[in-house]
Amino acid sequence: MKASVIVFPGSNCDRDVKVAIEAVTGTPVNMVWHGDATVPASDVIVLPGGFSYGDYLRCGAMAAHSPIMRDVVRRARAGTPVLGICNGFQVLCETELLPGVLQRNASLQFVCRDVWLRVENNTTPFTSHYRRNEIIRLHVAHGDGNYFADAQTLDQLEGEGRVVLRYVDETGEITATANPNGAQRNIAGICDPTGKVLGLMPHPERLFEPALGGTDGRKMFESMLARIAA
Amino acid sequence: MKARIKITLKNGVLDPQGKAIQNALGSLGFTGIEEVRQGKYIEVDLAESDETAARDTVDRMCKNLLANMVIENYAFELVT
Repeated sequence: MKASVIVFPGSNCDRDVKVAIEAVTGTPVNMVWHGDATVPASDVIVLPGGFSYGDYLRCGAMAAHSPIMRDVVRRARAGTPVLGICNGFQVLCETELLPGVLQRNASLQFVCRDVWLRVENNTTPFTSHYRRNEIIRLHVAHGDGNYFADAQTLDQLEGEGRVVLRYVDETGEITATANPNGAQRNIAGICDPTGKVLGLMPHPERLFEPALGGTDGRKMFESMLARIAA
Repeated sequence: MKARIKITLKNGVLDPQGKAIQNALGSLGFTGIEEVRQGKYIEVDLAESDETAARDTVDRMCKNLLANMVIENYAFELVT
């Protein structure tokens, strides 16, 4: 499997996700600078967490127009799986590969804690190793994770099974207190119509081995590997 | 020619920052505030002297980068 992680000025989870992918899949990862024109041949492209371009204008807005993103969008449209984590999710929304936008957290507070999630779609290249409706624990750390789209778009996402992850409580109930940022309908992650482009606010790379305090993120990388190897 | 661009949140989009400002104004003793909405103001200096061409350029700037049309509206004026 060949994976590439895009590095923007201000990315700060790029090396974490590289470590996680390499540890789980056993293959080295390309680190690709935002100013490059093309992504090397890759089976999967990851947009990491961080604060690309200092979140100037809107989070993800400047990165979405960086030179490398033209090629990422082209690859995504041609069917290469793309995973956007946290700031990467914001970038995917700004490129319009995914609908909607991540707004300032409703609390106006930066939120940094573990959350419980329900995996509602396990048919994407990134979630196939989870059971459908499996409850998992991942970590979030963001100031702008408040997913917003108009009601029609939300209905369409739900109707097409494109809400991949939702914030729930430990028992799997969708509650307001389980929602760390005010996201519409507790949405934590969505995919494009093909399922191959996934954006999520939680960080799977932060909980992929016991030493980190949890392993629920590991299956995201195992799913990736299985899909590519298949 | 200078473009003065105002970017505002669409109606119905929650504005937690505006709400916090409203609360702060209330705690300072300002009464009778019905709502506060926060937006952005951007000035762009253009070499272009033709107004129609400038208007078209700024419009594209707003749509492509300066505003996110999912949640924001924009309006601008050109001044010489």
